[in-house]
Amino acid sequence: MDFAHQLVQQLINGVSLGSIYALIALGYTMIYGIIKLINFAHGDVYMVGAYIGFAAVTIGNMPIFPALLISMALTAVLGMLVERIAYKPLRHAPRISLLITAIGVSFFLEYTSMYFVTPTPRTFPEVIPNISFDIGGFIVNGQQLMIFGITIILMALLTYIVQKTKLGKAMRAASFDTETAQLMGVDSDKVISMTFCIGSALAAAAGVLVGVYYNTIDPLMGIMPGVKAFVAAVLGGIGILPGAVVGGIVLGVVEALVSGFISSTFRDAAAFAILILVLLIKPSGLFGKNTNEKV
Amino acid sequence: MAMLEVKDINVYYGAIHAIKGISLSVEEGEIVTLIGANGAGKSTTLRTISGLLKPKTGAINFLGKNIAGMPAHKIVREGISQVPEGRRIFAEMTVLENLELGAFTRNDKDEIKKDLEMVFGRFPRLKERITQLAGTLSGGEQQMLAMGRALMSRPKLLLLDEPSMGLAPLLIREIFSIIVDINKTGTTVLLVEQNANMALSIANRAYVLETGRITLSGDAKELAASEDVRKAYLGG
Ligand SMILES: Nc1ncnc2c1ncn2[C@@H]1O[C@H](COP(=O)(O)OP(=O)(O)OP(=O)(O)O)[C@@H](O)[C@H]1O
Ligand SMILES: [Mg+2]
Repeated sequence: MDFAHQLVQQLINGVSLGSIYALIALGYTMIYGIIKLINFAHGDVYMVGAYIGFAAVTIGNMPIFPALLISMALTAVLGMLVERIAYKPLRHAPRISLLITAIGVSFFLEYTSMYFVTPTPRTFPEVIPNISFDIGGFIVNGQQLMIFGITIILMALLTYIVQKTKLGKAMRAASFDTETAQLMGVDSDKVISMTFCIGSALAAAAGVLVGVYYNTIDPLMGIMPGVKAFVAAVLGGIGILPGAVVGGIVLGVVEALVSGFISSTFRDAAAFAILILVLLIKPSGLFGKNTNEKV
Repeated sequence: MAMLEVKDINVYYGAIHAIKGISLSVEEGEIVTLIGANGAGKSTTLRTISGLLKPKTGAINFLGKNIAGMPAHKIVREGISQVPEGRRIFAEMTVLENLELGAFTRNDKDEIKKDLEMVFGRFPRLKERITQLAGTLSGGEQQMLAMGRALMSRPKLLLLDEPSMGLAPLLIREIFSIIVDINKTGTTVLLVEQNANMALSIANRAYVLETGRITLSGDAKELAASEDVRKAYLGG
């Protein structure tokens, strides 16, 4: 296999992994945009999404697409509950209280899940035929196509909601200036709740897709992708939606290249190297404006 | 009964007692102005009426309903719209999106369209810049956008917080003549200003605010002529 060939192959792998980071990063960045919270529990919400999808497929005997939808719907409710119970009472508290609460929620979700599903990893059944396509010598498998397809659909849907609908306009307005949005008649509590709803649904989709892609899920599976999606969000410019997508894809590609050409041992280090570089060179991220705002 | 009746409100920022028992009223159809020096409490008063702040004590009656403590997003629906100090336009959204947000409380698409045309009629410069990002407008255009945005909710009472701030004299005159015009077409106006001369020249009545208290009130023309006001606020 020559170099160019392997490069393209790693790009294909990188983009599929990156799509998953992007889906998680979108939730991070939306939530940050509106309440300035790095929601450390977001990776665990993604984990719960994976388990709900798993339960729907195994216990519920559902095909993958209904399972995906059910997981997104239930996880959206979970996200809204987390916001309502844990974060809303702290609306006027200092940001550090909110941050510490998010860490608490993260542990809560991890270890409550562990209690119910045991720490043993589960094997995700084969939900789509294990086929791969040979496109001009490059291998794309069915799971990857499914990841691309679903990610694109979800992003198109999100773009539509954010750009065209009344809810989307309210979300953008409240992210920019909550108080003035309220003067327009926007109920900021409702908008915040909807942001958690959408962000969590996207994370759930990512969780189910990862289950399908890597075949295995466990209660702590959210930690690493959670951190990496955070890196992706920072890379793209936290609070900026297209930034989260680009950040996620770039991170996925970099990881694939590192594991393909150097060693998969250094894969995780790549994410942190990127984080450090961004913070040193352009803390506002690829798409961010250079402001002095503290992140 | 007055359209708006503020009765003995006290407003605090933590331990800071910013508004110390203010009462004021606005009759339907009037332009009432609230003038006073920096830090007197003008914005605090407006922000309490619009629901961004809650008075600790006191009542705010609007069209017979006590709205004190009601959240801001509900007060707009009652018919009060505020143009905040410093305009606070949504800089990263287009001019059109800003105006659409002004109509956020409404669902009557056709009527919203009509009001959009009304706003463009009043502020032709906005029409030319409909797809421009609001943050790229000039200061005067941003003020026009903030006012147009507030009008899009079809308010019965319009609260204006220092619309002249940072504008050139010619533009101030233009903005003030638009305020008079808006009032003539049936919108009651409560105007906060540091530019007391201009404010008193268009208002029916005025209140003078000093460190959280109303120290003078009355007919705008009479206040403009009064010795005390001339000395303190009109530069002699
Ligand atoms: N967020 C805040 N926290 C604490 N104190 C505040 C806050 N906002 C205003 N104040 C204080 O309340 C008082 C009244 O302020 P306010 O903004 O209402 O004055 P103003 O009359 O609008 O002044 P200006 O003409 O400068 O806009 C001032 O002493 C101010 O320092
Ligand atoms: Mg003020």
